[in-house]
Amino acid sequence: MTVTQQRGPDKLGLSQQAGPTRPVPVRRSRLRRRALIWLATIGLSIVCLVWIYPFVWVLAASLKDQLEVFTSGLDLLPKKFVWQNYSRAWTSAHFGTYMANTVIVTVVTSILVIIRCAMAGYVLARFRFIGHRVVLGVLVGTLFVPVGYTIIPVVEVTRQLGLLNSLAGMIIALTGGGQVASVLLYMGYFRRIPTEIEEAAKLDGAGFFRTFVQVMLPLSGPVTATVLVLTVLETWNAFFLPLVFTFSRPDLRTLSVGMQAFVGQSSTDWSGMAAAATMSILPILLLFLFLQRYFFDGIAGAVKS
Amino acid sequence: MRARSVRRNSVRHRLWESRWPYLFLLPTAALYGVYTLWPIIASWWYSFLSWSGFGADKTFIGLQNYVDVLHDPLFWSSFKITMLFMVVTVPLRVGLGLLIALLLNHPSLPFSRLFRTAFFVPVVTTTAIVGVVMQFIFDPASGPVDLVLTKLGGTPIDFLGSANTALWTVMAVHTWKWVGITMIYWLAALQTVPRDLLESAQVDGAGQARSFRHITLPLLLPFLVIITLLTVEQNMRIFDLMLMMTGGGPFYATEVIELYIYRWAFTASVPQLGYASAAAVILGVILLIFAAIQLLGIRLSRRMAGGQQ
Repeated sequence: MTVTQQRGPDKLGLSQQAGPTRPVPVRRSRLRRRALIWLATIGLSIVCLVWIYPFVWVLAASLKDQLEVFTSGLDLLPKKFVWQNYSRAWTSAHFGTYMANTVIVTVVTSILVIIRCAMAGYVLARFRFIGHRVVLGVLVGTLFVPVGYTIIPVVEVTRQLGLLNSLAGMIIALTGGGQVASVLLYMGYFRRIPTEIEEAAKLDGAGFFRTFVQVMLPLSGPVTATVLVLTVLETWNAFFLPLVFTFSRPDLRTLSVGMQAFVGQSSTDWSGMAAAATMSILPILLLFLFLQRYFFDGIAGAVKS
Repeated sequence: MRARSVRRNSVRHRLWESRWPYLFLLPTAALYGVYTLWPIIASWWYSFLSWSGFGADKTFIGLQNYVDVLHDPLFWSSFKITMLFMVVTVPLRVGLGLLIALLLNHPSLPFSRLFRTAFFVPVVTTTAIVGVVMQFIFDPASGPVDLVLTKLGGTPIDFLGSANTALWTVMAVHTWKWVGITMIYWLAALQTVPRDLLESAQVDGAGQARSFRHITLPLLLPFLVIITLLTVEQNMRIFDLMLMMTGGGPFYATEVIELYIYRWAFTASVPQLGYASAAAVILGVILLIFAAIQLLGIRLSRRMAGGQQ
């Protein structure tokens, strides 16, 4: 960001230019402006604290005694750190299993999505073939179909394929649903790569497949990171599809579905649920904090395109 | 053989020439076809069937499901709830997002990156899990919101348990959860406003308010259309939060269309898949109308952007 560059010399230059004509109002307005900035900063700080308060509250509740959650009022710090909440959530409430399922589904889905979207994005960006416009039109036209609309046929198709109640079925369904934005992201990126690179590869005797794998794919690092991060986010947080895919197989639940089951089974175990929630949210939160740039790029891409 | 047919038929020749691109499209075509395109078509077919459960027999009953859906007061109630939700949360998200983005975009604001991160944190967290957490936060007996309320001298409110407040509470949580995305959209839009234009305006003696009104705002207008439409599409998807926070209750007061479909298809003692599909098709038509408006809107905003240059 250009925050620091903007601050010093620019402002000074401006006030000097405006200085000779109206010296007094400028100084006063500068003071007022600085006061306003500080007011905005304090206001924003308070709002941001409120913004992340629910997560702080959950973290605190996950370390409290089962009774203390209800009686401690607004105190955040637990009297005694109760780590058993985590072991209870992990084993008795099966969140260990749910975590493993979620990790498997997220990792495999993300890899498959990247492969298929990179391939589709590449050929859509680089080649004119019969049906090019139709493919693109269909993709863009169905950009925003919600899961609620397609869920019944998706379950029926999966059942007919014999894949219902399996992680494989869930992964395939998650890979096939949506992801249009990722294809478009890849397409936009490959379009901006100069064609000379491919021509050089062709002259060196590389075929279509080798050009893609050894030349184009390594060049697509930034966009792959963005797609990866967005797909991980979407898959980790998926709920509707994993929910209806695991009705008869509790052992295949993902974290979000497991949470729903936990609430249904023991609705008074707040500290256990808070521990489960903390465990479920933490991995994706850490991913975000370390790879923020790619999250923002991916989100902002929707507006720019 | 092959060479001769290639020479004879240019279409076939072109298809053969593009065999690699087609091969590369195959995974997307197959997966997307089976799990997105086919379901869109199949929903229409299912909506004409009497079909009580996956694996059960299907009987063709024509338009009966549509007649039943349209005569169900609960469907209309869910339709109204969905619309009310949109009418309230879309402007809220777009407006609030713009406000935050404008503040964060101010060149001399300190910690703007930190604030941006804080506003975005709810976006990345699992919606279904946030829904459970919010049940605690808004609990009338020991939830922090009501504890603060009583400390300030008010009476505790059963935010999620009362039909009057449940929907509004979910709206507030939804806005809290997703406004970070809208903020990022606006920040991206604000970056397209050339800084030297604003600076030269300041040199010419224009105040901040004036340069905002005459430079920033007109440049943001085309983005307003796109951002509003993106927000509309995103706000159609409230299943996760609604199911976990209220489950559609109390007394169906928060049952949006997605929950209505879910109830008939998956949680009814005798599932009515044909009936649920009819409701889904109606939802699809609503989305189609939004998509059409979107295309018009984007075209309009392009023209506006073009006119300014």
